[in-house]
Amino acid sequence: MKHSHATRRPPLREPSPELAGISRRELLRRAFATGAMTVIGAGFIAAPDAAWAAEVTVITPEQMATLVQMARDTYPHDRIADKFYVVAVKGYDSEDNKAMVAEGTAALDEAAKAQGHENYASIGWEEDRVKVLQAVEGTTFFQTVRAGLVTGLYNQKDIWPLFGYEGESFSKGGYINRGFDDIDWL
Amino acid sequence: MVAKFDLNDDSVVVIIGTGAGGGVLAHELAQKGVKVVALEAGGRYLPEDFINDEWDSFSQLAWTDARTTTGSWRVHKDFAGLPAWIVKAVGGTTTHWAGASIRFQEHEWKALSTYGKVDGANLLDWPIDGSEMAPWYEKAETKLGVTRTGDRAGLPGNNNFKVFEKGAKALGYKEVHTGRMAINSSEYDDRMACQQTGFCFQGCKWGAKWSAAYTDIPRGEATGNLEVRDRSHVARILHDDAGKATGVEYFDKDGNLQMQKARIVCVAGNSFESPRLLLNSASSMFPDGMGNSSGMVGKNYMRHTTGSVYAVFDKPVRMWRGTTMAGIMQDEARHDPSRGFVGGYELETLSLGLPFMAAFLNPGAWGRGFTTALDSYENMAGMWIVGEDMPQLGNGVTLSETKDQHGLPVANVNFDDHPNDVAMRNHAYARGEEIYKAVGATRTFPTPPYPSTHNLGTNRMSEKAADGVVNKHGQSHDIANLFVSDGSQFTSGASENPTLTIVALAIRQADHIAREMSAKNI
Ligand SMILES: Cc1cc2nc3c(=O)[nH]c(=O)nc-3n(C[C@H](O)[C@H](O)[C@H](O)COP(=O)(O)OP(=O)(O)OC[C@H]3O[C@@H](n4cnc5c(N)ncnc54)[C@H](O)[C@@H]3O)c2cc1C
Ligand code: SF4
Repeated sequence: MKHSHATRRPPLREPSPELAGISRRELLRRAFATGAMTVIGAGFIAAPDAAWAAEVTVITPEQMATLVQMARDTYPHDRIADKFYVVAVKGYDSEDNKAMVAEGTAALDEAAKAQGHENYASIGWEEDRVKVLQAVEGTTFFQTVRAGLVTGLYNQKDIWPLFGYEGESFSKGGYINRGFDDIDWL
Repeated sequence: MVAKFDLNDDSVVVIIGTGAGGGVLAHELAQKGVKVVALEAGGRYLPEDFINDEWDSFSQLAWTDARTTTGSWRVHKDFAGLPAWIVKAVGGTTTHWAGASIRFQEHEWKALSTYGKVDGANLLDWPIDGSEMAPWYEKAETKLGVTRTGDRAGLPGNNNFKVFEKGAKALGYKEVHTGRMAINSSEYDDRMACQQTGFCFQGCKWGAKWSAAYTDIPRGEATGNLEVRDRSHVARILHDDAGKATGVEYFDKDGNLQMQKARIVCVAGNSFESPRLLLNSASSMFPDGMGNSSGMVGKNYMRHTTGSVYAVFDKPVRMWRGTTMAGIMQDEARHDPSRGFVGGYELETLSLGLPFMAAFLNPGAWGRGFTTALDSYENMAGMWIVGEDMPQLGNGVTLSETKDQHGLPVANVNFDDHPNDVAMRNHAYARGEEIYKAVGATRTFPTPPYPSTHNLGTNRMSEKAADGVVNKHGQSHDIANLFVSDGSQFTSGASENPTLTIVALAIRQADHIAREMSAKNI
């Protein structure tokens, strides 16, 4: 990771997908599945149950779906919903990143084909997708996306409670009366 | 009221950098009636400005101007542009620091005599010792309000400490307590007691932790003898034909180059910027940089043999609650070569918030091996290793090809572990893991060193002019009115966190400077 996580990280506090784009849109009939996600017509992908959806403007919905799957496979947390991974990679939907995403996702699909799969996102088992990621681990594309996730994913305050992390504490008076020494099992 | 000195006033002492060394020196000189202009590259932030959020605070306070790295250390691979995690702000890294404040052990002032010659290491004895430093340490402890010194009580132990203490005692370790901390256990010196907020690294919003930013600096300014110019980046130290320092050139807030005259110049920019500045001040008279007749400017860089051990338990710990580093085990700090290395190490409690844990637990790692560790974040405890590392000629700061925003060559930091450092770290990892296993850890993580927080040795103190850059007062061996006032003076690193010693040396140096000024020697 370069020194400038703070300046180069993708936008951290983007509005949630629900606020940012469409949400709970009617799934189009010609929607097709990529992994757990559904590409719904031009510019949109959504979860099958429409729990979240994202709008893409520059890259393709398939590319976004691949990025989201890749993000989850890189930093898999089963209790973290897709929408957070979407927020973490949403910054790649930009003119600046268009070429990198196109080449990177294409290379990922190539690597999947070389391992006997149709493409990356349609591989059923995480273990098999991880083998594909391992094949591209040394690429700038993989390393860029991985490094970006370190802040793009873990710095989303909304996921902190899933890890038990309580964040800011000054406004609550610190922990002096809120359990700084409450361990009871030692 | 707050002083304002003329750029042409050549009676002032110019101090470069306002951290543990520079900030304290500025205050002490101002109290003695000496006129001081302190130039600080960073801006001013006070407790109300500090942010309880790791990355936001990092963006606010950390030094993120360009630096480059080389060498076999892992920081070069994972954080190539961030060799150190230190601060660019009024008060320097005393905003970020955790407050652990311990004195050197007697033998650590005599590293070469105690350890003997170590292959590949450039060990040297300090020209001062524990009895010389004792009164200055006491002044420093009083200034910082260090707990467990004087009549100040220790801090209460938080969850992270309780796990650490139980494990350490189970292994038979005796010197285990909540540390000597520059954090108030009760109200002291107009600052309140610690509220256990757990963001010591992000600047203490209560002011319970000592920082020069809101103690020494405003108090120095209140004397009317200290002017602090923030957002003023010193580019070069100037000298006359006799080789005496005459002032400095700096880029002001607006990026304009200014020249401030000076009677004395004190360099306190921390161990990368101080040697960089001396090297960037090369002239026809001093082609290798100012104060560098020994060739030691930038050499012998030390960063402590660090590393962390985190562990996961079957039940919650919530290590982030409460003071970040109030916990220490000192039994391994002794010199005992039977362990396979010279020098010793301390183990200290440490916690990182989730965002920093993700960045630092195992940089570059991905997949379930990594994410299942984070999934257990709530059940994690953590400790940090601080051990004496070996000064080596090849480790240090040179000028890089890369230029900063002012067009000045930046510091390149080269570092390779010495075999002694590696042996010590492995010993400490093993002991740390045993401590946690003794209280039922289900998984442990020997975590690699972070970007350096302790940066030492690049303008070292020596008895003889040929061995180092400054004498026992931090005064250049070559140029009588040039001083080094920060951690770069360290001759050896010892096993203790360095700041108490930096502060004690600065108080002592102020005394020396004032005395020499009245005697008209400088
Ligand atoms: C997270 C963290 C935790 C720490 N915890 C502890 C601890 O518990 N105990 C301990 O003893 N130590 C601790 N430290 C280390 C401690 O903060 C440093 O040892 C100490 O602050 C160093 O003092 P210094 O005067 O050498 O430099 P600094 O305090 O870093 O001050 C240097 C100042 O000089 C300024 N500067 C640099 N170059 C220029 C220039 N060209 N012109 C103008 N200004 C310039 C910088 O902006 C900076 O403000 C910690 C450090 C970190 C990062
Ligand atoms: S834990 Fe104590 S010292 Fe640390 S930031 Fe909070 S109040 Fe300050």
